[in-house]
Amino acid sequence: MKLKLHIWRQTSQDAPGAFADYELDDVSPDMSFLEMLDVLNERLILDEQEPVVFDNDCREGICGACGMVINGHPHGPQKLTTTCQLHMRKFRDGDELWIEPWRAKAFPVLRDLMVDRSALDRIIEVGGYVSVNTGGVPDANAIPIGKGVADLSMDAAACIGCGACVAACPNASASLFTAAKITHLGVLPQGEIERNTRVQEMVAQMDEEAFGHCTNHGECDAACPKGISVDFIARMNRDFVRGVTREPITR
Amino acid sequence: MRRVLTLYSTTIGKKVVMAVTGILLVGFVLGHMIGNLKLYLPAHDGMAAIDHYGEGLRSFGAPFLAHGQFLWIARSVLILAVGLHIWSAISLKVRSNAARPIAYKRVAYEDSTLASRTMIWGGVLLLAFIVFHLLHFTTGTITPGFDFEHGAVFANVTGGFSNVGVAIFYIVAMVALAMHLYHGVWSMLQTLGANHPRYNSWRKKLALAIAIIVAVANISFPVAVLTGLVG
Ligand code: HEM
Ligand code: FES
Repeated sequence: MKLKLHIWRQTSQDAPGAFADYELDDVSPDMSFLEMLDVLNERLILDEQEPVVFDNDCREGICGACGMVINGHPHGPQKLTTTCQLHMRKFRDGDELWIEPWRAKAFPVLRDLMVDRSALDRIIEVGGYVSVNTGGVPDANAIPIGKGVADLSMDAAACIGCGACVAACPNASASLFTAAKITHLGVLPQGEIERNTRVQEMVAQMDEEAFGHCTNHGECDAACPKGISVDFIARMNRDFVRGVTREPITR
Repeated sequence: MRRVLTLYSTTIGKKVVMAVTGILLVGFVLGHMIGNLKLYLPAHDGMAAIDHYGEGLRSFGAPFLAHGQFLWIARSVLILAVGLHIWSAISLKVRSNAARPIAYKRVAYEDSTLASRTMIWGGVLLLAFIVFHLLHFTTGTITPGFDFEHGAVFANVTGGFSNVGVAIFYIVAMVALAMHLYHGVWSMLQTLGANHPRYNSWRKKLALAIAIIVAVANISFPVAVLTGLVG
């Protein structure tokens, strides 16, 4: 199949970027989106041009490294799918694709389609953990956890931290990411102990990074490749008020 | 107090303020609408039903409160609520505008609605409407095409809406209000963390129902006056 591509090119964080146009003539519908870009890059290298830089690692939809906005859709038009798991058969011969990096002040573009997502790491650093004393390895299943709670925690833990929620949000808010992490730990007995302080720390950090606020558009859960629900955001809001009133922290 | 201020310094805290003031405002809008429906009740004791209602509001709380005092208490609370609501809305909007300095070339919306994306503009229109509405029917400062008389609610309403331009402005504002409420009521529940698998699917339906009821009832008043159904 033939494709017309407009790809955001930017040589460094401070350089101004612009779209560059490319045409590909023999894209196989069986290629993944990233393989299609690999083909383009091989051609660019042979032509002695700079290849397009993009993040990727597992190419199995589990690591959260990949991600680009394709015709306005973070990770492309297919639901519940990362860019690496998106296949060219989802597009049609002759399609024109606009490929852009995640756009957010908190995610500065490093090069082309690669952005710096360490703002998310900093949110994790201030509370995305449970404190456990060192010592012998505890017995498995020593703490019984109900199926409903375990499922809720696992649903939240499905977040791979790719940042598509921020990319999709009209306010560039990281609420879905933060809410998923808070829920995933906070509902389990091991994480319950730090629940009140964790939510305050993580929300404060989220505010400190240049993310916008949540206005409940719902674009984030529509774009999430792991189907994380905005219900977790409601839960974070409730937890936050609870934390501030019961165990306020000073930062 | 410190906790309240800590809360207010965060984005979630500001949204909680918007949601709590939103509850007050939605409650007021519903109460106001029900009161206005008395426009359709028959006159008695030589006075229109809605004029009796207006007098009832002024003498509400007697003998504990003096004449008109209840109204001023309600007005103060509402003005404070509107002020906090707008202040939080603007400070959050400024923040989220800065959060995406470079816009996307292509945008494909999925779950957001026209209502959710125009909250601030609908809000600005509502503010303009509230100011006009107060000058029109409360203080009687702007009275195109009729003679305003304090306490003569029925005559003021029928007189006020006989001006087609004014009636159309009211109708447009009520469409904007319906849109603001359609997103606002669901958003408010989400902000306050009012979610539970058993009734989550009812939240958007509740918002839609409130939006439609408020719009239909409030738009019916200028329409009834213009078509001569009331007056
Ligand atoms: C007077 C001018 C008004 C302005 C400028 C305004 C502005 C806004 C904005 C921008 C939002 C969205 C905020 C966000 O999601 O971050 C909002 C939400 C809301 N508004 Fe208003 N509004 C106004 C009047 C009203 C009125 C009259 C009502 C009630 C009848 C109302 C009820 C609500 C509710 C319930 C919400 C949802 C709060 C939440 O998301 O938690 N607003 N308003
Ligand atoms: S490369 Fe790992 S999720 Fe796409």
